Amino acid sequence: MGNVLIVCEQKDGKLRSATLNGITCAITAAKASNGDVIALVLGAGIGDAAKEAARYGVKKVVAVDDGGLAKYMAETYAPVVASVAKAQGASVVVATATAFGKDLMPRVAALLEAGMASDIAEVAGPKTFKRPMVAGNVIGVVEITTDVAVLTARQTEFDAAQPSGDAPVESASADGANALGAEVVKLEEVTSARPDLSEAKVVVSGGRGMKTAENFKHLEALTDMLGGALGATRAACDAGMVPNDLQVGQTGKVVAPDLYIAVGISGAIQHLAGMKSSKVIVAINKNEEAPIFQVADYGLVAKWEDTLPTLIEKVKAIKG
Amino acid sequence: MKILVTAKRVPDPEQKVKLKDGAVDLSGMNFVVNPFDEYAVETALRLTENAASNKRSGEVVVLSIGPKEASQQIRSCLGMGAERGIHISGSDDELDSEQVARMVAAVYEKEKPDLLLMGKQTVDGDNNQAAQLAAGYLGLPQACFAASIELAADKQSVTVGREVDAGVEYKKVPLPAVVTVDTRIVLPKAVKNNETPDSHEYAEGPRYASLKGIMQAKKKKIDNLDAGGLGVSLAPRVKVVALEAPPERGAGIKVESVDELVEKLQNEAKVL
Repeated sequence: MGNVLIVCEQKDGKLRSATLNGITCAITAAKASNGDVIALVLGAGIGDAAKEAARYGVKKVVAVDDGGLAKYMAETYAPVVASVAKAQGASVVVATATAFGKDLMPRVAALLEAGMASDIAEVAGPKTFKRPMVAGNVIGVVEITTDVAVLTARQTEFDAAQPSGDAPVESASADGANALGAEVVKLEEVTSARPDLSEAKVVVSGGRGMKTAENFKHLEALTDMLGGALGATRAACDAGMVPNDLQVGQTGKVVAPDLYIAVGISGAIQHLAGMKSSKVIVAINKNEEAPIFQVADYGLVAKWEDTLPTLIEKVKAIKG
Repeated sequence: MKILVTAKRVPDPEQKVKLKDGAVDLSGMNFVVNPFDEYAVETALRLTENAASNKRSGEVVVLSIGPKEASQQIRSCLGMGAERGIHISGSDDELDSEQVARMVAAVYEKEKPDLLLMGKQTVDGDNNQAAQLAAGYLGLPQACFAASIELAADKQSVTVGREVDAGVEYKKVPLPAVVTVDTRIVLPKAVKNNETPDSHEYAEGPRYASLKGIMQAKKKKIDNLDAGGLGVSLAPRVKVVALEAPPERGAGIKVESVDELVEKLQNEAKVL
């Protein structure tokens, strides 16, 4: 038996929704190892986030509220996570595989002398996990041989945890946090009224074939009519057509919406790695040899210039 | 300035990967430098040169852990302009991220570079762990997923634009430090070093080895080390017990018109 520690991610005192998928992974891992789920919330001014975490079926919440943790840095957070993991007898320590989890958790594994499995898609046993490798073309079954296993969980592979119960919150101190001279100078935030890419039910993405930033307006119109999120390929981001945070793929976000509409996207392996798990994939591309058609449920070989306006009209008629 | 940069030998990511008898079928595969590592090599070169006067101003040491053929990947980085190489023999089937990180950390201790630069992940294992692990073992600050990097005028720190979920976070870390790079680090103005004029625009992407570079690379030194000699245990903490094929997507259909597409999405897929 061993407990499972879920490292929660919060922003401005609110739990990030991606954490809820990690909680589900933690609950699954706890069942496999016959232990309890303990949530760790850390930062400064995090009381509300800790109370929020308590409502998702965890046994208890450990809150580490410290001015020194106001801005996330792996250097200060990793020692705190490691010391709480030890104090709580955790045999599994997990976070969702967001930029936060990917940056932080290996450093936690280093401090705990633990083996780590990244971006897991399935808990196959107490210390056995399945994870995509080689851009999602292979699923690796990995076994961790150390007493403690550190994990990151692929957000799209675990459902969001549902509210259940209300667990006690206890506090712990941030002993051992040392910035090692590092500091976060500033954060250039990108804000959008659209849903988060990783959580949207519909994603409309454009690639190099869209040619200009101006042309993305057509995709934005379609996106908003469907209440979805806008995505893009690396080529479109690098060409400055859209901001980088819209990138879907091996670099960027992994998405698995109910409907993924790929327009002017050829389907590089690196892009497919980020959207192949979508439930329904639509591809519109003028090149019928484009690899995107090999994963598309519905392919339309056509120029987007000739098809998007009609598609937008039709969708408008349906959605009112 | 001295930079230690990693370069893993990986199957060319543009090739289709197939499983055969529970292993990745490597027959007939081309091998390349892990693309993210190649970006790291380009970054290291940009940090240690004046691109306007074409003058090197530092040392870039390329480390690869892999089979003997990995010396080809080291040579190709030396052809790009790196000064020398280090090759540790090892096999992917036997090594996990922890062992790789231990070896990198051991070489770091030997070489004492100002900066350890790595790709954010390898495109075969997709682990995204080794750099953070090495930073943890070495007690060094880390800045991962760099889209930009600026070396301070006093060369005592770097400010790294990190791609995070909310946007770009600028993190300043004193040197020595560990930095991993993402794709956008090879955009024309992503790397600044206070030597190359700020107005300079690089060609996008990692540089090609020139003919002269390739000729020079043949004379550059590659040291061979072995894991045992570095005091790294050969018992992995993470064992890959099986490889499986991912679920196949059912073969899709081609539709002839937008009308047909919308009809299918509404009535067949029921997503509209």
